[in-house]
Amino acid sequence: MFWIEVSVKAGFPDPRGEALQKDIHDLGITTVKQARVSDIYLLEGTLAEAEVGRICQELLADPVVEEYSYGEAPPSQDEHAHVIEVAYNPGVMDPVEESVRKGIRDLGIATVDSVRTAKRYFLWGELSAEAFQTICDKLLVNSVIQHVVTKREVVSLPSATYNFSLETIDLLRMDDAGLMELSKNRLWLNLSEMKQIQGYFSRLGRNPTDVELETLAQTWSEHCVHKTFKGKIKLGQLTIDNLLKSTIMRVTKELEKPWCLSVFRDNAGVIDFDGRYAICFKVETHNHPSAVEPYGGAATGIGGVIRDPLGTGLGSKPVLNTDVFCFGPPDFPYERLPQGVLHPRRIFKGVRAGVADYANRLGIPTLNGAILFDERYVGNPLVFCGTVGLLPKSMSQRGQQQPGDLVVLVGGSTGRDGIHGVTFASGELTKESEVISSSSVQIGNPIMEKKLIDVLLKARDQGLYRRITDCGGGGLSSAVGEMGEETGVRVYLERVPLKYSGLSYTEIWLSESQERMVLAAPPGTVDQLVELFASEDVEATVIGEFTDNRRLQLFYEGNLVGDLDMEFLHHGLPQLEREAVWEPPQHAEPDFPEPPDLREELLRILGSWNVCSKEWVIRQYDHEVQGGNVLKPLVGVNNDGPGDAAIIKPILDSDMGIIVSNGINPKYGDIDPYWMAASAIDEALRQVVAVGGSLRRVALLDNFCWGNPEKPDRLGGLVRAAQACYDMALAYETPFISGKDSLYNEYETEKESICIPPTLLISAVAVMEHVERAVSMDCKQEGDLIYIIGTTYNELGGSHYYGTQGYVGNNVPRVDPKKGKRLMDALSAATAKGLVKACHDLSEGGLGIAAAEMAFAGGLGMVIHLAKVPLGEPINRDDFVLFSESNTRFLVEVAPEDKQRFEKFEKMAGVDFAAIGEVRNDKRLEVYGLRGAQVLSAPLAELKEAWQKPLRW
Amino acid sequence: MAKAKTLILRAPGTNCDRETAFAFEQAGSQVDAAHVNELLRREKLLSDYQIMVIPGGFTYGDDISAGKILANELRLKLGEEIRRFVADGRLILGICNGFQVLVKAGILPELSSPLTLAGNDSGRFECRWVYLSANETSPCIFTRGISTMYLPVAHGEGKVAVAEPGILNVALYYADETGNIQAGYPYNPNGSIDNIAGICDASGRIFALMPHPERFVRWSQHPRWTREPWKEYGDGFRIFLNAVAWAKSI
Repeated sequence: MFWIEVSVKAGFPDPRGEALQKDIHDLGITTVKQARVSDIYLLEGTLAEAEVGRICQELLADPVVEEYSYGEAPPSQDEHAHVIEVAYNPGVMDPVEESVRKGIRDLGIATVDSVRTAKRYFLWGELSAEAFQTICDKLLVNSVIQHVVTKREVVSLPSATYNFSLETIDLLRMDDAGLMELSKNRLWLNLSEMKQIQGYFSRLGRNPTDVELETLAQTWSEHCVHKTFKGKIKLGQLTIDNLLKSTIMRVTKELEKPWCLSVFRDNAGVIDFDGRYAICFKVETHNHPSAVEPYGGAATGIGGVIRDPLGTGLGSKPVLNTDVFCFGPPDFPYERLPQGVLHPRRIFKGVRAGVADYANRLGIPTLNGAILFDERYVGNPLVFCGTVGLLPKSMSQRGQQQPGDLVVLVGGSTGRDGIHGVTFASGELTKESEVISSSSVQIGNPIMEKKLIDVLLKARDQGLYRRITDCGGGGLSSAVGEMGEETGVRVYLERVPLKYSGLSYTEIWLSESQERMVLAAPPGTVDQLVELFASEDVEATVIGEFTDNRRLQLFYEGNLVGDLDMEFLHHGLPQLEREAVWEPPQHAEPDFPEPPDLREELLRILGSWNVCSKEWVIRQYDHEVQGGNVLKPLVGVNNDGPGDAAIIKPILDSDMGIIVSNGINPKYGDIDPYWMAASAIDEALRQVVAVGGSLRRVALLDNFCWGNPEKPDRLGGLVRAAQACYDMALAYETPFISGKDSLYNEYETEKESICIPPTLLISAVAVMEHVERAVSMDCKQEGDLIYIIGTTYNELGGSHYYGTQGYVGNNVPRVDPKKGKRLMDALSAATAKGLVKACHDLSEGGLGIAAAEMAFAGGLGMVIHLAKVPLGEPINRDDFVLFSESNTRFLVEVAPEDKQRFEKFEKMAGVDFAAIGEVRNDKRLEVYGLRGAQVLSAPLAELKEAWQKPLRW
Repeated sequence: MAKAKTLILRAPGTNCDRETAFAFEQAGSQVDAAHVNELLRREKLLSDYQIMVIPGGFTYGDDISAGKILANELRLKLGEEIRRFVADGRLILGICNGFQVLVKAGILPELSSPLTLAGNDSGRFECRWVYLSANETSPCIFTRGISTMYLPVAHGEGKVAVAEPGILNVALYYADETGNIQAGYPYNPNGSIDNIAGICDASGRIFALMPHPERFVRWSQHPRWTREPWKEYGDGFRIFLNAVAWAKSI
C-alpha cells in the first residue's frame, strides 16, 4: 500500500485551512493560530515507486501550488501540531475514488486495485484535549459516515461473499404483539396493516419471504403512498374520505385547465409551455437524511428531485432548481442542543454545500429559494429541493410498457446505500437515529447523474425506450414495483451491477443507491440502448422483463425469492382512519407602547435571520449556467437586492419564459394553518405578478411538512391547511399539479417530543409570454412615484414585528382571493402596458421592509407617508401600518409622466391603491406617520448593512 | 467564403455545452458537440473543424483538481491531434473549466505549464458579474476590437497562480467599472495574480478565460437590463463573432 499526502506549498494560501480556522473560531475556540488541510490518497496494488511518483506528479498534485510526499506508511507527525486524519467509513460512496482510478488508468498504469481517500487536518496553537475533541466532533468528523484514522486503514474492502439462503418469516403464527414487534424499527406498519399482510399470506397458505415483507412495507409506507392524506379523517362532525382527493386534486379537476397535461400521475406535474414544449415541476423534501448527515442528505435530496423531472413523461431536461431550507437559528446555544443533534450552523453549512456542489456540477441553475429559521427546526431541519424540467409536449405523457419489454437499470451501481430510507422517513427522529440510520444515508455522485442525464436524453430522442421512472426512495422495489403494476414483472436480482460483493437479494432489491433510473425498452431496441449508454460510459443492464400476469416475481440465481400479486401490493393497503381535532390556539395579545421612532424596529427586522440577505448562499450556487436566466435572484444597481421570483428562458432563441416562486411562512401556522396556507399561496402568486407575470397560466405545488399525524392536533391543522389550498386555488384559478408530504417531523428527547411548526411550502410555476416585460424590484429613478396596491389591515399576528417584540398575537393575515385575483389581474395588465418600472411584493416585515429593500436595491432614497396608505379597518398606530403583513399587497414604482395613465387605467378601477411616496436622490428612507410627523429616517447604507451583516459568513 | 465549423468538446461533467453552441450558432458557425469518447474512438476528427472549444463544467467532477483528469486524457491520448490542429493555424477556446483543462494539459501556455488555476482566495465557489479590461496589445484573435466587457464568473478554482514569474500573454484583466485593474476583491473575484482573467498563446489563436462570454450574448442576460437602455447583443457575443470570422478566413 502507498500512502500519499498532497498539501498546499508554503507561501500559497490554503483557503480550506482558513475556512476551518474560522469555523473553529465560531465554536468559541480562539486559540488555534493556524489550520491546514491536506489530501490523503491510499493506493493498493502492485506499484513501482517510480509509478507512484508519476501518479503524484502528473495527477494528484498541482505542480505550482501543491507539494506531495509518499511512502508505504504515514510519516511521523509534526510534533507542534494537533493532527487528525479522517476517512470515510467502508462502503460509503466516495466519488473521488472513481476519478482517481480513471486518472491512474489514463496514465497507463493498470495495476492499482483500490483507492481510498482521507483528509488530514493540522491545527497549531494551544488546545486542551477537550477543545480538540470538540473540534473533531463538531466540525471534522460525522461518525455516521466518517471515522478518525487511528490505525492502518483498510484500502480494499474485504471481498465478502454472499451465500444464498432463502429467508422466510414465520408470520402466520404471530399474535398481535409479535406482529408489532416485527414491525417496530423495521417495517413501520401499524397493526391493521400487519394483519392485512398476515391475512394475505394465510390465504396463500405460506409464510412470506423477507423480501416480500420488505416490499410491502416500502410500498405501503407513508413516504410512498401518502396514507394519511388518502385516509379517512374524522374532524368533529366532519368525515373526510381522502383529504388529497377532496381538496388539492379536486380543485385541479374542477378548474379543468386545458394546459394541464399530466397531473398527479407521474413523477412531476406537467403543463403546456408553448404548444411545442411542456414543462414539469416537482419539489421534494429530504429532511431526515439531512438532519443526520447534512452534506450527503441534502446532495442526495437535490439529486433525487432532479431525477423526478428526468423520469417524467418520457424524460425531461432539468432547467432550473429551487431550494427552501428551514433550520434552527445559527446562534442557537450549544449547551441547549439536544443529545445527538448537530448544531444548526453545521447543518446549514452542510446542506448549503451539499445542494450547491451537486446542482452546480449538474449545470442546473439554482435561481430561487428561501431560508427560514425557528428553534423548533433544531432537531428536525427541513430541506426542500425542486426542479423544473423541459420536454417536448409530444413526450409529456407517462409511457406504457408492453408485456415482453425489458426492464433496464441505468446509471450507478448498487451498494448498501440508504437501505430503509423510506421507512426511516416515516418514523420520528430520536437520539438513536444517528446510530440506526447510518445505512440510510447516501453520498451522491453528481457526475454519474450528469452522465446519466446526457445519455438518457439522447436515448429518449432516438425513441429507444417506452417508459421511464426514477429509482428513488425504496430503490428498485418501488420503481419496478410501480412500473409493473399494470402488466406484471419479473426481475433477476443477481444481474444488478454491484459496487461491492456480499449483498443479499433483499439488499439489492431495497438499496437506495443514487443516480439510477429504470427504463422499459422493447426487445427490438434494447441492444441499441445498451450500446448508446456504453458509448458514454454509463452502465445499462437488462435485469428483467415485463409480463402479463400482474405479479411481481423476484428471482435470485434461479430461485424464486418473491412472488406478490400486484393487486394486493398496490391496493391491499387498508384505508387508514384517523381522528383530528382543531382548536384555535390563544396567544397573548401584544401589549407594548408604540415606539416614538421606528428606525430601530426596522433595523431589527431587516437583520432578523429570516429577512436578512441570503447573498452568501446565493453566490455559491451557479445561477447563470444554461444562459437562460432573465431575472436573477440578486437584482438592483449593485446586483445585491432581493428579487421576488426567478425568470428563465428555457429555449434560448424564444422569448417565452418560466417564472418560479415560493410562498412559505410557518409563523402564521402557529395561529391558524388555514391562513398560513392561504398566505403561502397568495405570496407565491404575488411574486409571479411582481416580476411581470400573470395568473393566466400558473400551476402550484404543495409540500406539507408536518408533525406526527397520529396526534389529532397535528392532523387537525393539516386538514385546515389542505382546505385552504382548495379554497384559494379555486378562486385564483391556479391548479395544483403535484405535491408531496413529509409527516412525522418531530424530534423525540427524553422529556418531550419537539414538533416542527406546521410548514407548508407552496411553489408556483408560471408561463410568461414575453420575458422582455419582466420587472425587477429595485427603484429605478429619482422623482418616480411610489404606490401601494392592496389593503392594509391590523394583521400583525405571526408577524416579524410582533416576533421581535416577543409576541405571536392572534390577528393572522387573511386572504380575500376574489379581491386578490382582481387586484393581481389589474396589476399584471398595468405591467404589460409598461406602466410599472419596479414592483415588490409585501411579505415578512410588511411595507417597511419592502420600501427599504426597493430603495437600497436601487441605490435611491424613498419617502413614504403612512397617512396615505389605504386601510381596511381603523389603525391608529404607525408601527402597525408600517409592519402589518396583510396579504395581496405590492409597492409599485411609476414614472410621473405615467401618473394619469396608471391611476385611470380601467382595470385598476375597484382596486385599493394609493400614491404614498416618491423616489428621491438622497439615499435615505424617510417615513411620515399617520399624524404627519416623521417616524423614521435612516440612511440606506445603514439599512443595507443591517440586512447584509447577519449572513456575511 | 469558407464555412466555419466548431467542435464543442463534451466530457462527463461538461455543463455549458448548449449555451456555448448557441453562441457559436448565433455567430454564424456550424456546431457539433462531441463526447471526448467519440474523438478517442476516431468517430469524430478534430481535423474536420476550424474551432475547438472546451466549455465550462466540472469535468469528471473536478475531483483531484479542476479539469485535471480531462487535461491528462487530452494530453496523453489526443496530444498529437491537438498539436496538429494548432500547427494548422486553427483556433482553440477554453472557457472556465476549459481554461483549467488547457492549462493543466500544457496546451496553454505552450510547452510545460508554468502556471495553474488554484482555489479562489475566498475559499468559495462564487457566481458574480465582473468587469474586464482587454489588453489591447495582445495578439488574441478572440478579443480583437474589444476594450472592456461585463461578464459573469462562476467558479471555485479560478485563481491564476504562477510558479516563476514569466511572460504570459495576458488577454483579459479583471477591472472595476472604470477600467482600473487594481480594484481588489470582489472585482478580482478569485485573487488571480496581476488580476489576470484570460490568457492566449503567442499566436493569439489559443485563448482561455475564466469568465463566461456565452452567458452574455443577449441583452436580457445582463443583471441590470431592467434598469438600463435595451441593446441587441451582450458583451460576450463579440468573442464568438471574432472567432467565426477568423475561422472563415482559414
